[in-house]
Amino acid sequence: MGKYHGTSSTVLRPRTTKEVSEIVKYCNEKRIGIVPQGGNTGLVGGSVPTGRGELVVSLGSMNKVRHFDPVSGMCTLVADAGCVLQSLTDYLAPHNHIMPVEFGAKGSCMIGGNCATNAGGVRLLRYGSLHGTVLGLEVVLPDGTILDQLTTLRKDNTGYDLKQLFIGSEGTLGIITGVSILTPPAPQASSNALLALPSFDSVLPLFKRAKRELSEILSAFEFIDRGAYDLSVRHGQGRGMSPEEAGGAECFVLIETSGGRREHDEEKLSDLLEHLLSEDKPLINTGVLSQDATQFSNIWSLREGITEAVSKEGKAYKYDISIPLSAFKEVVDATKDRLREKGLLGPHAVKEVVGYGHIGDGNLHLNVVAAAYTSEIEAALEPFVYELVGKYKGSISAEHGLGVMKAHALHYSKNGISIEWMRRIKDLFDPNGIMNPGKVLPPASGASHEPSLKNTGSGRVA
Amino acid sequence: MRPSAVRLLNVLVPIKRTIDYAVKIRVNPQQTGVDTNVKHSMNPFDEIAVEEAVRLREKLKDQVKSIKVVTIGPPKAADTLRTALAMGADSGIHVEVPESAPAPEPLGVAKALRAVIEREKEKGGVDLVIMGKQAIDDDAGQTGQMLAGIMGWAQATFASKLVVDTGKNEATVTREIDGGLEEVRCKLPAVVTTDLRLNEPRYASLPNIMKAKKKPIEKVSPSDLGVNLTPIFETIKVTEPPKRTGGQKVESVDELVARLKQAGIAAVKS
Repeated sequence: MGKYHGTSSTVLRPRTTKEVSEIVKYCNEKRIGIVPQGGNTGLVGGSVPTGRGELVVSLGSMNKVRHFDPVSGMCTLVADAGCVLQSLTDYLAPHNHIMPVEFGAKGSCMIGGNCATNAGGVRLLRYGSLHGTVLGLEVVLPDGTILDQLTTLRKDNTGYDLKQLFIGSEGTLGIITGVSILTPPAPQASSNALLALPSFDSVLPLFKRAKRELSEILSAFEFIDRGAYDLSVRHGQGRGMSPEEAGGAECFVLIETSGGRREHDEEKLSDLLEHLLSEDKPLINTGVLSQDATQFSNIWSLREGITEAVSKEGKAYKYDISIPLSAFKEVVDATKDRLREKGLLGPHAVKEVVGYGHIGDGNLHLNVVAAAYTSEIEAALEPFVYELVGKYKGSISAEHGLGVMKAHALHYSKNGISIEWMRRIKDLFDPNGIMNPGKVLPPASGASHEPSLKNTGSGRVA
Repeated sequence: MRPSAVRLLNVLVPIKRTIDYAVKIRVNPQQTGVDTNVKHSMNPFDEIAVEEAVRLREKLKDQVKSIKVVTIGPPKAADTLRTALAMGADSGIHVEVPESAPAPEPLGVAKALRAVIEREKEKGGVDLVIMGKQAIDDDAGQTGQMLAGIMGWAQATFASKLVVDTGKNEATVTREIDGGLEEVRCKLPAVVTTDLRLNEPRYASLPNIMKAKKKPIEKVSPSDLGVNLTPIFETIKVTEPPKRTGGQKVESVDELVARLKQAGIAAVKS
């Protein structure tokens, strides 16, 4: 993304959990900060050193699958934290299983990082979040202790469920070194369709219809506004519809179905689409239905490629928010208006404001694409966007996490008592504050709360 | 002088239902073939053929009188015909063979297509056959050429560009060949087989998918056509290719040279 820069004098690439433990123990004793890194695909600067002299610990060399038993029926995969998500997907494919998470960065991101950030993605609608699909974790705690809670048990109500603290902790409570995760069976048949909607108002009713008529086979429901669609097509990210078909559409929806019986599922999907098209006041203008695997991936590429198209177009300010579905368009429009007021809307400053995302999960990715990162644009957007989200009682970070970008904005989505208890938990696990300092939690008000870290001298924020 | 009547084109597009190209192929335990309990779709080269026929009509408009698609296959092959109809073909012909029957061979298919073309004579005949250059399951790449041969028609294979002049009743085809591109001109009727770069097939749009459900599909059997599709080849064994052994990293150029020498690769004396 190119937005967050940091330097460190040292990067370590341990090969075993024991090595990680020794590193952390040493750092804890010497008060050296640690930034754990997986695939470095985070969007909130969570894996970038902040100039406090942190050491970078990359999990990339710990990339073995430890265990997978397709026969026992439990279908769990146990893997090192540094396994790239795509390679796990490839590993599972011949066994007819899939990973419960999937998103654009799958070629580089690692499962440990996915857990540390509680990554969402396009499959959340169907399989739920990592809080549900992760069965166990192996974590190195900030004092070097190895907490081994790797298990393949589906049900285990024995005591407090500690792993839930680490999932989504973004490396601030410990380093995840091993993951045990449920792997759903691969769907026998997947199909998708790209629908052109006459107006944003059709989205919510369309979602309700799709949920009702497709029920268990609905596996993804993604929203792409006109701006995002045009951007993606323009940068050759996937094949769009013909211009006549895309014509007057205000926005687009990608529907994916995954199920056990091909004919049955395809029938359900084409029946739904037929009904939609032949109604008096159709919810859709038109749409295209994939006929084979190539078209299936072309349609997905259009959606998955928006991120890349955005970075090709310019420098992106990304806001990943959870708000009521009905507010999606309002938020995009309000942001455009705000930038227009400040005279920042135009090829010289902000070229595009687009919205897309996992509308089925109430998650909008608001992208403000600028010619360059400037403090002016940032000042216009923040805290404006956060306040807007706060008004809707939404989340300022639906799935991307807080990292360094939103640590200061936590109070827009969580109240003071919540933040206070988060801080207590942080202090309990990491009294010396070595784990990913400056991330997730805002600095405590009043005197500098951070325990002093040994600054190795060469850390510098670019 | 009266201008000569512009000839109207009847286009026939033979298509084949094959295992989807993205599926990971696995040999069955009996080593007699591959596991067919997987996703099937239209042979990609045939998709390109259907697309080309539809584009021809978009260009020549009323001069293209009909676009018919034909397939020889089990009952499920009708879905493939429907996809072609959704892309813009007018009607389909399904030469139905039983689910358990062995796959027809190129010569058998060519003879069946000849019979279909003969039958079409009373409805105006066939002027242009556009078909995939090969099917991705057998990779034979023979049917188009055989058809042209037994029909005594012109053939232009591996087309990357097709231009039809109805006034002159000829087709100009740019062919992809090993040395580059070759342009041939043939008199119609002709058989053109499609190569990858000819076009990118359109998505089937929903309104067209719905319209396709009402388009006619005629069902015939091989015996109706007077052809025998029994294979003349017997497949003795099907195995996977030998597993690829991993490459190795070397530490230095010297080591690379030593390894190459070990493998028996010698330097060429200039």
